[in-house]
Amino acid sequence: MSQPQLRRAVECGVPDNKPYLHPLLAKNYGNWKYHDRPRPGVLHHVAHGGDEVWTVRAGTQRQMDVWTIRALCDIADRYAEGHMRFTIRSNVEMMVSSFEQVAPLVEALEEAGFPVGGTGNSVSMIAHTQGWLHCDIPGTDASGAVKALMDELYEEFRREEMPNRVHLSTSCCEINCGGQADIAIVIQHTKPPKINHDLVANVCERPAVVARCPVAAIRPALVNGKPSLEVDETKCVCCGACYPPCPPMQINDPEHSKFAIWVGGKNSNARGKPTFMKMVAAGLPNNPPRWPEVSEIVKKILYTYKDDARPWERVADWVERIGWQRFFEKTGLPFTKYLIDDWRGARTNLNASTHIRF
Amino acid sequence: MAKQPHPTPMLDTLESGPWPSFVTGLKRLAEDKDMVVDLLGQLETSYRTRKGYWKGGTVGVIGYGGGVIPRFTELKDEHGQPMYKDAAEFHTLRVMPPAGMHYTTELLRKFCDVWERHGSGLIALHGQSGDIMLQGCTTENVQKAFDEINEMGFDLGGAGPAVRTSMSCVGAARCEQSCFDEARAHRAVINTFLDDIHRPSLPYKFKFKFSGCPNDCMNSIQRSDMAIIGTWRDNIRTDEALVRKYFAAHGMNDLVNDVVARCPTKAIQVKDADQVRTEPSISAVRFNDTQALEIDNRDCVRCMHCINVITGGLAPGADKGVTVLVGGKRTLKIGDLMGTVVVPFMKLDTDEDLGKLIELAQKVIDFFAENALEHERTGEMIERIGLATFLEALEIDADAAMVACPRTNPYVRLDGWDDEVARIAAKKQQNA
Repeated sequence: MSQPQLRRAVECGVPDNKPYLHPLLAKNYGNWKYHDRPRPGVLHHVAHGGDEVWTVRAGTQRQMDVWTIRALCDIADRYAEGHMRFTIRSNVEMMVSSFEQVAPLVEALEEAGFPVGGTGNSVSMIAHTQGWLHCDIPGTDASGAVKALMDELYEEFRREEMPNRVHLSTSCCEINCGGQADIAIVIQHTKPPKINHDLVANVCERPAVVARCPVAAIRPALVNGKPSLEVDETKCVCCGACYPPCPPMQINDPEHSKFAIWVGGKNSNARGKPTFMKMVAAGLPNNPPRWPEVSEIVKKILYTYKDDARPWERVADWVERIGWQRFFEKTGLPFTKYLIDDWRGARTNLNASTHIRF
Repeated sequence: MAKQPHPTPMLDTLESGPWPSFVTGLKRLAEDKDMVVDLLGQLETSYRTRKGYWKGGTVGVIGYGGGVIPRFTELKDEHGQPMYKDAAEFHTLRVMPPAGMHYTTELLRKFCDVWERHGSGLIALHGQSGDIMLQGCTTENVQKAFDEINEMGFDLGGAGPAVRTSMSCVGAARCEQSCFDEARAHRAVINTFLDDIHRPSLPYKFKFKFSGCPNDCMNSIQRSDMAIIGTWRDNIRTDEALVRKYFAAHGMNDLVNDVVARCPTKAIQVKDADQVRTEPSISAVRFNDTQALEIDNRDCVRCMHCINVITGGLAPGADKGVTVLVGGKRTLKIGDLMGTVVVPFMKLDTDEDLGKLIELAQKVIDFFAENALEHERTGEMIERIGLATFLEALEIDADAAMVACPRTNPYVRLDGWDDEVARIAAKKQQNA
């Protein structure tokens, strides 16, 4: 019997997007003049030639079953014009060529459970990671934490009532795949890895693991007569970098893997340069299925910002104006010695001046 | 009909509340798919024990070394058998979407049909690197699913120490701030490196991202090794009708507080219309009959703020191109790094311009491949060797636009100073 013919991959790479563009987007490609927002969740773009297109943006759960995607397709076919795109924050966008089509499309999306919003000065969908659903090194879940928080921020997604746009992210380990955000939720381990010395020699390429450690706390060692690795626990910063290349160095701990909250990350170059986010709270429990302690702090920071920031101030701009003393004062979060940077370049994060707000 | 569902009391609580629920979606899939019944079983266990249970491995398609994220369950009983056997293999195929993530419903329905046939039916739109994530496939079905997707004209993205799937913003397709053809550049650059995507052999991952303007909606400075960001060299363009429309709606307080005062370099002033300067670097536009905004474009850093506030009334210039930054990355190992400027400006209008960008990308990747340590990102490599060394290797001259400020310490060998000054002067003369 002959072997079945094996199919060779066609290395076609990134496909041309032209066949998938809404016809008005294809026609006015590179020729748009301005846009405005007739209501939250709706963008209205006007081309130099006078063409207009309306976009309705709605939130999704990102992790979608085929039935959900087909439901979106049904809506796009019936109420829009058969085209849709997705934003970097997993919002779906459907384009229509007349204003009259907007209201029925908005209604159909909301009716089907997709909140219309996420534009302008709203709290948009949370950029997030895979977590327990699919990651091999997660300290927590992502989709669940996001669902729980977006349930609470639902109205802020549908309105544009923040001083400026608010981007949130969550990350299930300190690699921070969720990325920089105005407010970010990131796992922070608080204990060194627990090492299964029986497995290290067979599973881990030891020199590679030693090289991964940012503080040189790992060294090869013989443990119980077996080649293994040991961790200088006084040096260890519990980052978990050793865990991906060496799963027997378990860093995730149901009790001691906590959450930290970070604020003031900004990717845009608008006004100030892009900024990294700063840790402002830690020690929050990993408490599925709804992580209420995390939501509480995020909401505290978010609503303090909403009340206090001026128009167009992102969280980073707001803190730059009011200062960190006042940030901690207004949010009621404790400023502890752990929030004083001591990593490389730390001196640039200290206050080398008498600029102090009283 | 699938098998009986496992009890999932914790996940069930994520079906309440107004935001769309992934749990509800999973349960719908579980009506037909034993794999998803068991996925829910394992996920519920994770919620209960607060532990993850997936491990990686080696699964792929013929001819490729990457693009599939293998997942095997580690949740096993005392005999070493999977507790949830139908989800014992739950691999993901990373598929590169069209630039800008545009779809027709017809295309999405085709993806759904393929994934219902060969996979779990769970699709993430999109992963953090911008892939269509077809999640939940047995080892056996990976090739079948890929073959069908590949026949549709789609290809796998990157995983492991490889060039990764890229992202570009909606850009020219629907944004007035677009400063180059993002989708074209995205596709041309990425499709140059398909071998480096499909056969991982770099020291570590390498990501490109393309943003049409300095608003950087793709977060490229902080999350790509090479960020290509649209910008312009000439003056901000103005449209008096739209500026007057803004002023009529907002008034002087907003104009001053939200626009003028928020310019990071104080390049904008409010002037009496007859006092406006007329030098070549000035953009000026009346917002009422007697007063005007005056922008000195030499001071402007192209931050986008005023353009964002008065969209259309103020607009990027006409002499457009891109700034290229290199070295952005996430936390591990040395801490988060932003990309930094390597090419302050290059045109990206013609095929020849695009060829230069691809050539630059090729040089950066070649240098990275030869000089980075194992598991070291480009930004970490530059941190280790110094930007000047990196520039020298790329044969790019130093430019003051690459630094926030010149060095603040004397710890440098300056033996070569005179020669370098002479070299720059000679080059300047030659180009004059």
